[in-house]
Amino acid sequence: MPDHTRKDGAKTVAVEYFAIFRERRGCSSETVTTHAATAAGLYAELAGSYAFPASRDHIRVAINQEFKAWDTVLANDDTVVFIPPVAGG
Amino acid sequence: MFRLSPKPFSIKPLRYDFLDSAAGAFATFEGWVRETNDGRAVVRLEYEAYPEMSVREGSRILDETRKGFDIIRCVCVHRTGTLELGDIAVWIGVCAAHRGPAFDACRHIIDEIKLLVPIWKKEYYADGDSGWVGLNGLSSGSC
Repeated sequence: MPDHTRKDGAKTVAVEYFAIFRERRGCSSETVTTHAATAAGLYAELAGSYAFPASRDHIRVAINQEFKAWDTVLANDDTVVFIPPVAGG
Repeated sequence: MFRLSPKPFSIKPLRYDFLDSAAGAFATFEGWVRETNDGRAVVRLEYEAYPEMSVREGSRILDETRKGFDIIRCVCVHRTGTLELGDIAVWIGVCAAHRGPAFDACRHIIDEIKLLVPIWKKEYYADGDSGWVGLNGLSSGSC
């Protein structure tokens, strides 16, 4: 596996988008190189570029297919998915 | 077993899988596409899932239900894609020796799915508008 760690401390993560995030971002997934330390930092970074909801209050985050706290530290090659309010059933 | 179905599915074979001489009760829940929501006329729906995580979370809910309730078997199938009025959105089946745990487990499964499984619903309204359910009140930068 290639080592994506850069000398400036940036990490490379995969971000997958579903539902409203997919629509607002205009794609289903992308590879993001980020200086954000946490999932919250990554959200803030992306919300600044795209029309994501400004508040994270009702949004959860999944890292590698598990719900995690927003202050979870990101690792290289993580897969991050922002989870808007679910509405199955 | 929790699975996603991108197409309408037949419930007859699902029921057949529950036949068990130890079972004295079989409870099911079907979620249907309704013609209104919050007073607005709905013409169709679209369900979108995060597939890997939906199956993972849904399977975990079923495993925990099997451990927590006195039941024999439980299954859930959830639709994705475009659904018309009256279509089955979700089907849950539970068999048990007795009716109490079968009803209780069935209710528990649908409640947990609504809270935890990453599936989203977009409603298309008669007036031509559409929107993701549950996103009311989420403000955004520029939309």
